[in-house]
Amino acid sequence: MSQTSEDRSQTRGNWTAALGEAAERNLPFSKLLPGTQPAYVASWIYVFGVLTLVCLALIIATGVVLTIFGPSWWHTSLAGHYINSLHFWSVQLFFLFMVVHLWGKFWMAAWRGGRARTWITGGLAFVVSIIAGLTGYLLQTNLDSQWIAFEAKDGLNATGVGAVFNVANLGQILMFHVFLLPAVIAAVVLGHVLWVRLRGVVPPIDAAAIEAARSEGASR
Amino acid sequence: MSTNAQRDIETRPWSGPTRHYDIVKEGVIALIVVTMLVLLLAARFGSPDVPALTFKGWATADPADFVTTAAGELAGTTESAGYGGPYNKGGDGQNLGPLRPAKTIGVTIPVDPANDFVITPLRTQNQPAQVERALEKWSKASTGQQSSWAKAYTDAIADPKGANGDPSKVSGRGFGPVPELSNALLAMAQSGALDGILDAPGRFYSTDNTKQILFMGDGGYLDAAGTKYHLQGNQWGMINETGNYPGQQWLIPVSFWYQLPIFNSNAESGLAATLTANGDIVILSIVGLLALLFLLLPFIPGLRSIPRLIPIHRLIWRSYYRKGKR
Repeated sequence: MSQTSEDRSQTRGNWTAALGEAAERNLPFSKLLPGTQPAYVASWIYVFGVLTLVCLALIIATGVVLTIFGPSWWHTSLAGHYINSLHFWSVQLFFLFMVVHLWGKFWMAAWRGGRARTWITGGLAFVVSIIAGLTGYLLQTNLDSQWIAFEAKDGLNATGVGAVFNVANLGQILMFHVFLLPAVIAAVVLGHVLWVRLRGVVPPIDAAAIEAARSEGASR
Repeated sequence: MSTNAQRDIETRPWSGPTRHYDIVKEGVIALIVVTMLVLLLAARFGSPDVPALTFKGWATADPADFVTTAAGELAGTTESAGYGGPYNKGGDGQNLGPLRPAKTIGVTIPVDPANDFVITPLRTQNQPAQVERALEKWSKASTGQQSSWAKAYTDAIADPKGANGDPSKVSGRGFGPVPELSNALLAMAQSGALDGILDAPGRFYSTDNTKQILFMGDGGYLDAAGTKYHLQGNQWGMINETGNYPGQQWLIPVSFWYQLPIFNSNAESGLAATLTANGDIVILSIVGLLALLFLLLPFIPGLRSIPRLIPIHRLIWRSYYRKGKR
């Protein structure tokens, strides 16, 4: 007991200790990796969040290979073209699963009960992913890239964004696509997943009435 | 049941019935299934890769369009020359009411089409004596004289009763060195020398393709390729790509607005004309506002109640509701 008091006095004002204690208190492993879920987590719609994360992992893995060999490699190598195709289809499925996940969460009103941050980070992940998708198309260094650069510049220039984000500058777009945007997406998705674990999966609309009826039935 | 009880159950850790759920196993199975699916899709369909257009290809396939465009750059009549910010001061850019972001921010990526696309590339190489003389004559002339020569030449090319779009049929005088310069650039492009020079004349490294994209876009060659592959803005081009591939379907909320007739009007005055001329800034402002509404949905009364009013959640949680009834 006296040791605990001593520990407390030693760690008072210690940011590291405070952060560690807060993490242990709010996100214990039983919350991060639970073996059970509320009974209502029983629908295929819940799978789409995991499917989106899996696609993100595949995008990163194939993107790392494309990064190692450079942006032009896939035009001249069969293996490179196949890796590019894996990256391409991972992206297509990523957006498909993410859109289904988003719609599912919308119809669940999944922002209820202090889960607005989870909704906002999920929405931000979608918006930033769209920008990442655009930069990926610009990086293909083919006719699609030329066309998209020529067309997209007008919208961005009209709003003033083009002054700092130049879709015709391949070097700039490369840095955005392989570093800046993935870093933002990774941070946003990490926050999103941690908030899901922290707050738990949102209970169904009208769950209170059902649980009250259940308790009443059990007490009879 | 009171709203307070519902709010309570939503905010507190769940204390009702639970079920076995293995997130890690679900993730591993999902990884295996999706990986297999991606491997199959990539093997069966590949990915689109229509080679990039080149200046050599343009100058060879459509020399008349290339020469006309080069002359237009010298005349200052092309889209790039009259673009405005962030490239030059040739135009004011689009506006949203009193807001003119491109003009306000000014020139941050300087592009001078006449010099950057025509004169400087010609000077990077040894030219025949007549081209050297043409370059000297151009550089010694006043801006007004340069413009007068180039405009006379582009007018002569466009004259439906004369050359009718074919520079080789232009006759007459008063064009100064413009035909010589345009044709010299054509020869340079046809040899392949112009590809690779535009972005960084006299420098070793370059990672910026702004000048190539702008110059190529000023002609009809890129535009024709866009039409051929259904990539034009009013053909849902924003979400299309070359070949039979899904494209960027996630841009539908942006592309949708470009299909509306009011943003594709031929009107010369009125609201439709204003919206067409300023389509990009208006559409992107609308999309930006919608994105904000989407992100802040949990705080917007009415919109956040839609899921309660349209009971699709009854389908999602049907087994829970069914068991609750029992």
